Amino acid sequence: MTTWFESPGDASARLRAAGYLTDDATALTAYLAGALEKPLLIEGPAGVGKTELAKAVARATGAELVRLQCYEGLDEARALYEWNYKKQLLRIQASQGDAAWSEVHDDIFTEEFLLTRPLLSAIRRDEPTVLLIDEVDKTDVEVEGLLLEVLSDFQVTIPELGTVSATRRPFVVLTSNASRELSEAVKRRCLFLHLGYPDAERERAIVAGQVPGIDDRVVAQLVDVVVRLRELELKKAPSIAESVDWARTLVALQVGDLDEATVARTLGVVLKHASDQQRAARELKLATG
Amino acid sequence: MSLLDTHIGFVEALRSAGLPVSLAEGLDAISALERVRWHDRETVRAAYAATLVKRQPQRVTFDAVFDIWFPRLVGSGVAGDGLEPVAGPQDTGAALERFREALAEALASGDAQALQDLAVEAVARFGAMPGRGPGLSSWSAYTSLQRVAPSELVEGLVRGLLAGGMDPEQAERVAGRRVGEFTRLVEGDARRRIAEEKGAEHVVGATVRPTIDRLDFTAARRSDLEEMRREIYPLARRLAARLTKEQHARRRGPLDVRRTVRASIATGGVPLETHHRPKRPHRTDLVVLCDVSGSVASFAQFTLLLVFALREAFGNVRAFTFVDDVVEVSDTFRPGADVVEVMESLAASASQAALWGRTNYGRALTRFAEEHGDAIGPRSSLLVLGDGRSNYSDLALPVLADLAGRARHAWWLNPEHRRHWGTGDSAADRYGEVVPMVECRNLAQLGEFVHEVVRPHPTR
Repeated sequence: MTTWFESPGDASARLRAAGYLTDDATALTAYLAGALEKPLLIEGPAGVGKTELAKAVARATGAELVRLQCYEGLDEARALYEWNYKKQLLRIQASQGDAAWSEVHDDIFTEEFLLTRPLLSAIRRDEPTVLLIDEVDKTDVEVEGLLLEVLSDFQVTIPELGTVSATRRPFVVLTSNASRELSEAVKRRCLFLHLGYPDAERERAIVAGQVPGIDDRVVAQLVDVVVRLRELELKKAPSIAESVDWARTLVALQVGDLDEATVARTLGVVLKHASDQQRAARELKLATG
Repeated sequence: MSLLDTHIGFVEALRSAGLPVSLAEGLDAISALERVRWHDRETVRAAYAATLVKRQPQRVTFDAVFDIWFPRLVGSGVAGDGLEPVAGPQDTGAALERFREALAEALASGDAQALQDLAVEAVARFGAMPGRGPGLSSWSAYTSLQRVAPSELVEGLVRGLLAGGMDPEQAERVAGRRVGEFTRLVEGDARRRIAEEKGAEHVVGATVRPTIDRLDFTAARRSDLEEMRREIYPLARRLAARLTKEQHARRRGPLDVRRTVRASIATGGVPLETHHRPKRPHRTDLVVLCDVSGSVASFAQFTLLLVFALREAFGNVRAFTFVDDVVEVSDTFRPGADVVEVMESLAASASQAALWGRTNYGRALTRFAEEHGDAIGPRSSLLVLGDGRSNYSDLALPVLADLAGRARHAWWLNPEHRRHWGTGDSAADRYGEVVPMVECRNLAQLGEFVHEVVRPHPTR
């Protein structure tokens, strides 16, 4: 059995070393997910670091990351495994005449003809693995049924080969934007973590950590503005990813002081709707040209 | 009470507060608690939250129940020893003055710990209601807030912040937030006191509010309405995602020969998978007629915002508001318009829709049929929003029946509980005979209804 993290404090310290600043609840939940060997379901608005947490866990524990990006229409053949029927066809054609059918039949359903997809690869790996199932809310309900077997028993049944069980349980992270309610069955098997916008202090630390060479004073000003923007009624409130982008923009523009004119000029980096920009300009009393 | 009893009681309380906590999740929580240290209350809270709460809107409820079952402290706490309730009507007493000075100081510095301690003190000294009969709680957040009156401290606080170099608007916002925080702390502490006295299991049902999507429109406070408004866009997005999925699931039209043959080449000419042409999605034209008089205004606004946020799902949407006269407001909802602006112009239109200012459904319906009757045709659906309280005036039932008869579908959404329909001046039951009436009291019900209207129906 792998120990992923020794304690919540250890999780926090090692994730920090991997470049991911957690709050207490996040560190504790990450630790529990490892200790209880349960999948971790992370929900939250876009750009708060859901996917990044999975990557950071992989970096912090030296595990390899296997990623399954979900989308509408994802099916078994893309998520789990598929038989390489072209190769099978070749095998049959190559052996025509000189082999008995029963031999060929046994032969073409072996490992050699199996194409493993992320879920099966993650289970069959012997080394520590972080399995990231990204944007799980984008899939159809049928795929959730498929996930159930994998998430609860960490095994996959292939009719021709039998059941493949995990020799070493992967650290599973599911992320969701909550564009659809996941089924109770999936949720029941997971630990749940909601990642929201961080408090000002942590956000300052994150921005400063992600963007080297930025002035502390600019970081403080930037986070102040972002916090105020989140209080407005906007269609899409800026998240951490936008703050970091903004900081990078300011570094690139060599801005040493975030004054109103600069905010007005670079607002497009943080707000992606025209009406949001107008609203922000009005509320922050910016002089827009 | 043993630890296990506390755990079982806590899980039961969560269930009665509406969180679907399964047996397996309860077991998960126990094995999670076995692996963390219990010296920190927040650790226990996070461990419980990770295993039991699987939906973010329920987190508020969870926190409230947790605070009752695992209180921060018992009684007045160690620091609060000797905090005797100040008896009698001492609204001007010296103790109160001293307390308010301390509170003003804590608010000015924004010290969270000091505010928490003061909240405990406020309930202990000014929130006690001794001598009440058995069964009635002897602590009250209301009483202590009335006496301490933190809202009167806002002005001084703003002045202090201004002197500290903040601009006026920001100072006011910060002041409002800090006083609101203190109020919340006092309410939480009063709940804790009451729970201590009467047993946690008796308090949960009475004091925990429903989650925001189950909160009645008519019972919402101002801050709730703002929170609901923030929920509209995520709700619309969820509905839109669900709709696209369902439309795609039903999209199998006639066989697409070219794509099927093309795909069969990969399998040696055997068409293993057939491909189909997409079906054209059907789009409904929608005419919304809403009562915007005081009592139901917020309900009408939410419904309109949601309908227009989902605009792509409909063919054409026209919206009319009425009190006793009818005004068209479709233009207010430009695509990409700002929510706050829309709300302001809606409020302005409400005054235009009132001729005498008393709700009159009969007159409004007649005027609508006269002036905008052509809006309704065989391709459009009619949606009426309102509580059907028409001040005992003429109901114009035949007019509504005629409108409903001309439309493809007609519904009436009523924000009142079904048991109030037809009571007092409500004509909900009589209108309900003409147009199918649907109860729509909260965001969850509203979302379900709108989804039902736009869902691709197999038989159409």
